[in-house]
Amino acid sequence: MAATLAPSDQLNGSIFSPAGALTIVRAGSVARELENTPDPLTIDLSRVERMDTVGAWLIHRSVRDRGAQVTGASSELQELLRQVAEADHPAPVRPVGERGAVAELGAWTMEAGRTLVGLLGFFGATLVGFLNLIRHPKRFRYNAVVQRFDVVGVRALGIIGLMSFLIGIVIGQQGAVQLQQFGAEVYTINLIGRITVRELGPLMTAIMVAGRSGSAFAAQIGTMKITEEVDAMRTIGVSPIEALVIPRLIATVIMMPLLAFWAMLMAIFGGGLFSWISLEIPPLTYVQRIAEVVPATDLWVGLIKAPVFGFIIALAGCFQGMLVANDAEQVGLKTTAAVVQSIFLVIILDAVFAIFFSSIGWI
Amino acid sequence: MSITLPDGASPIIKVRSLENRFGDQIVHQDLDLDVRRGEIIGVVGGSGTGKSVLMRSVIGLQTPTAGSVEVLGENMIGREEDEAKNIRRRWGILFQNGALFSTLTVAENVEVPLREYFPKLGTELMDEIACYKISMSGLPPEAGNKYPSELSGGMRKRAGLARALALDPELLFLDEPTAGLDPIGAQAFDQLIRSLQKKLDLTVFLITHDLDSLYAICDRVAVLADRRVIAVDTIDRLLQMDHPWIQEYFNGPRGRAAAAA
Repeated sequence: MAATLAPSDQLNGSIFSPAGALTIVRAGSVARELENTPDPLTIDLSRVERMDTVGAWLIHRSVRDRGAQVTGASSELQELLRQVAEADHPAPVRPVGERGAVAELGAWTMEAGRTLVGLLGFFGATLVGFLNLIRHPKRFRYNAVVQRFDVVGVRALGIIGLMSFLIGIVIGQQGAVQLQQFGAEVYTINLIGRITVRELGPLMTAIMVAGRSGSAFAAQIGTMKITEEVDAMRTIGVSPIEALVIPRLIATVIMMPLLAFWAMLMAIFGGGLFSWISLEIPPLTYVQRIAEVVPATDLWVGLIKAPVFGFIIALAGCFQGMLVANDAEQVGLKTTAAVVQSIFLVIILDAVFAIFFSSIGWI
Repeated sequence: MSITLPDGASPIIKVRSLENRFGDQIVHQDLDLDVRRGEIIGVVGGSGTGKSVLMRSVIGLQTPTAGSVEVLGENMIGREEDEAKNIRRRWGILFQNGALFSTLTVAENVEVPLREYFPKLGTELMDEIACYKISMSGLPPEAGNKYPSELSGGMRKRAGLARALALDPELLFLDEPTAGLDPIGAQAFDQLIRSLQKKLDLTVFLITHDLDSLYAICDRVAVLADRRVIAVDTIDRLLQMDHPWIQEYFNGPRGRAAAAA
């Protein structure tokens, strides 16, 4: 008990008599001292030289809760005590309580439903925007679209090329290890060709574009919402759908198949390099085999899926950007939501496509 | 009528030969300023004269190119982080837009400095301190657990003020506290600052464009022009100076309206 007491503080029975400065610096120890002093408590302030509102609050609290007597307070200290007492209005501190698991699930379900309906509504608004543009082609923003071509497409070539090249090598290597067990390593070429053209080319490209461009769309449009640029556009008579959403949508839809095709080529190139070095299959043979084993329908499957994926990515990115309101934190949240949502939707669609194409016989 | 106080006086803020430049652009040059303990000093100046830069230099958010800054008797330039922290504890700052942490409630915002400097106070005491600070700043108790985005502009400023007052500072910096408030709200805020200054014995460094605030609550006004403080005095005395900017500022139609009020 004595350890927390300043040397000149005195504690005689139930009289607490602090000395010197009674401020926030000592608040923790003074609070404990007061607690340890038995009732009926008397606080002698005659030796206090300086007191701040926190010190005054501690005294006020003792008077309020324990009926403590205060003696020896100068008029200055009394004034401070009175002011603190005046400001004594308990207020809630924490946000409204945690919800139970069921309520949480309910809220989540409602939110998910609302997002889905919102996305459909946004899709509708975009279609209306398209129709308006077809009626008034002069309003179409060529420059914005071309600029997006550059950002979404051209600048992604490097990273998507490198990624696909490495995937080609990995598939070749993993496939060869397994197929060697049957002495069938030559079928590694079938594996590389078919899986990259049909599946991995468009899918990996979509994931990369969602991470690169879908997130950027959400962040750009979200920031513009916060700075009221979107509202300014509306008041000037520029439709944000026409000026912001449609250029991004068109650019992504056109760029996705091109990027996916580029990804297929790079993956086949990577696989070819591996086959040449590791399996000693000459490049010419490799190219011939690829042409033989990959049916044209595989290429069509890949190239039909890619623009649809692009559409979903751009739509989800712009939609989440438009949902941003109030504060900067939302930009981060909505950007994350845009990427998660678009990759999730892309994978679901990929599954639907797989069923569809195999049922029409493009196996 | 000199800008600085006589040598014997011990000003709470003492700025000497301050120079701030950004590339080729010189914002301050040879700027001197003294702020007396216990006064409300208003800092005025046209847009771009570096009012905010001056405040940022004083509170150490901006290292000046040259010159010295003393706050509460301590040199502020080139201090170690640990030492600077102990000085920073003794002032509070209200930023222009409140600068409240958006992920915390108002009361939690007020508790941030308490937790940072006095983590041993205990949650219960901290909650109580936050509540009476909120009440002192003129916010209703219901505002305690609201998020900044749920508050109006005026309430956000009051919440920012509550946070600035969290550690019982001796010195309060206010950057355009009444900007963006309606006249009634602005007047109420002026009164709040004046009464808190009296109650808590504060020194207030007030950057403002609000002529009504200047007339209503400032003891002295410092005028920033030509890259330095050209005059510090009561408004009455400033009016007698024949600097064109001062005349235009205080004797323009808005200045006269504020004087009549």
